[in-house]
Amino acid sequence: MAATPEELKERIEAGIPGSVAEVTGDGHHFNAVVSAAAFNGLSRIAQHRLVYDVFGPEVGDRIHALSIQTKTAEA
Amino acid sequence: MSDQTANPLRDAIQEAIDENPVILFMKGSPEAPACGFSARTVAILQSLGARFAAVDILPDPRIRQELSALSNWPTIPQLFVDGELVGGCDIVSEMYQSGELAQSLGLEAPEAEEAEAPTAGGMEQAPLTIENRL
Repeated sequence: MAATPEELKERIEAGIPGSVAEVTGDGHHFNAVVSAAAFNGLSRIAQHRLVYDVFGPEVGDRIHALSIQTKTAEA
Repeated sequence: MSDQTANPLRDAIQEAIDENPVILFMKGSPEAPACGFSARTVAILQSLGARFAAVDILPDPRIRQELSALSNWPTIPQLFVDGELVGGCDIVSEMYQSGELAQSLGLEAPEAEEAEAPTAGGMEQAPLTIENRL
């Protein structure tokens, strides 16, 4: 089943408590802009890993490509 | 999963990361990137005049498996500087625009005014994009 931007948004927001995600995409390539207080103090690498970790091995497979932009947010 | 068993491929990847100050794991080669994200990352590095080693992960799916296991990063490309994962296309693009990438590579940022990522449209010296490849 093809992934949808809505599905990715819900899973990111559920997987990273307090986050707000905006996701666009065509079912294979997605772009996610994620704001979360959980990112505060983390390196970019660590911030992006938190998002990738929501999807595990699906990234690169069912979710062919996921571009991520992370933003810190007020706690 | 056990990491205790001998794993020559993972060792070879680690060795390549250790031996090359700047190394890009990508799909295809810098001359012929096989994916838009790899192409964009190569274009950014080349626009900075960075010297980098490149490894094509496509010839054997195990390269990607072992690389991702090693780096704890799921996607390709992956740029390493001085043995550390810098990131993939998104992070490299962000760092290019902010000037951090040139800094971390020990290079001068090109015309520090408005460092636009060399995507389609704003590119002059970028060698390839997914658009002109297809």
